[in-house]
Amino acid sequence: MAVLKVAAVVLVTIVLLGGIAIPLAASPQSFFEFPVIPGLEEKARNIFFHVPVAWTTVVAFLVSMVYGILYLRTKKIDYDIISVSSAGLGFIFCFLATITGALWAKFNWGSFWNWDPRETSIFVLLLIYGAYFALRSALDTEEKRATLSAAYSIVAGLTVPFFIFVLPRLVSGLHPGSGGDIDGSGPVVEFKMSANMLVFFFMGLAGFNLLYVWILNLRVRTMRLEYAQSHEQS
Amino acid sequence: MDLCDVSALTSTYALLSKDFRSELRTRYAVNALIMFVVTAVSVIVFALRSEQPDSGVLAGMFWVVVFFTAMSGLSRAFVSEEERGTVLTLQLVATPSVVYFGKLLFNTVLTVSMVLAVTALYMVVFSGFVIRSPDIFFLTVLLGSLGLASASTIIAAIIAKANTRGTLYPVLSFPVLIVLLMTVMSATGKALDGEPFASAGADFMVLLSYIMVMTGGSYLLFDFIWKD
Repeated sequence: MAVLKVAAVVLVTIVLLGGIAIPLAASPQSFFEFPVIPGLEEKARNIFFHVPVAWTTVVAFLVSMVYGILYLRTKKIDYDIISVSSAGLGFIFCFLATITGALWAKFNWGSFWNWDPRETSIFVLLLIYGAYFALRSALDTEEKRATLSAAYSIVAGLTVPFFIFVLPRLVSGLHPGSGGDIDGSGPVVEFKMSANMLVFFFMGLAGFNLLYVWILNLRVRTMRLEYAQSHEQS
Repeated sequence: MDLCDVSALTSTYALLSKDFRSELRTRYAVNALIMFVVTAVSVIVFALRSEQPDSGVLAGMFWVVVFFTAMSGLSRAFVSEEERGTVLTLQLVATPSVVYFGKLLFNTVLTVSMVLAVTALYMVVFSGFVIRSPDIFFLTVLLGSLGLASASTIIAAIIAKANTRGTLYPVLSFPVLIVLLMTVMSATGKALDGEPFASAGADFMVLLSYIMVMTGGSYLLFDFIWKD
């Protein structure tokens, strides 16, 4: 875990510094110059932060759902601890993805929120997380809480593919990668970034995911201790 | 549950008729739903005064009324069992899948009749609410009610075990129902605009897959929720 911790900190630091500080150039000469993407320009820097954070949100949600399923199958409370820790982290990452996305939208599309299909789906994801925690706080016994919240996260998870695959193709959107994409932003999604941008992008992806794993580990360990303590007293 | 199994079908029917009989005795859900529909539509009429909104707005407000009415009434299916203390009996006499499909059918019937009532009321109150493509409209109503019932039945089963049922129900249902609501709103708008049937094909495919995913998922999950 120590290696992981150091790797997460180093990677996220490099991406933060590099993603913000490396200048753009029309025809990049060295490794430390990013090419200009038409239609995005300086705003392209957001892919180093927004995309990895959004990606981690989905990973956290999936982990939470998978451990929810495992809990339903085995009824081991430890799986519920992992599931709820991951959901909590996913909520934070989801919030960060929403903020970075809204800021980017302000400068690229002119307003913070446009109800683009992607914006709708991340809003729904926030609502699902909110509902999940509201449900948990309304259930008294541990077993009921674990079972029903796992069931809810699966029911809610069933609708997520509609937002990822169906809706963006039915409703035309502005987000890179959706139906009526402007040509300038297409290359970003199809991984046709220049080599050095790709390096930073994947470092960001790895860095934020490792950060998630590290914090998840911390949360799970503290929750296990809290659980053991509350059961010693009773 | 084997769907061809005759005993499962008869017990599902028995559960359904039991729910109808107890509903006809108390008329709790029906009265509440009717009054809610009347209240919600009058609020909208007062808000609009004499303005005549276009078909998109009307289609949206149509499903807003349907959504909140469903949220006020459909949780009864499981909450009433929990309140009357009949859950254990049901667990003894019927398998979980029979209970689920019985409640799902009951909720579907309730939803369809509620949507038809809202339709009638809207046609009387709003002169702009004219169904120009009846084929799109009635298929939307049918599929939309099925989808609404399938999602809200499983959520009702979940919240029946919780403390703050009334407020929790719409909070938990809304994220699950957004896909459905967006699709039925767009299809209803097309029906009011009198577009050809083919134009709503994509909406119907989304609705069908939503119903299948929700019903299938709920069927698999219901065992875990139902048994304490």
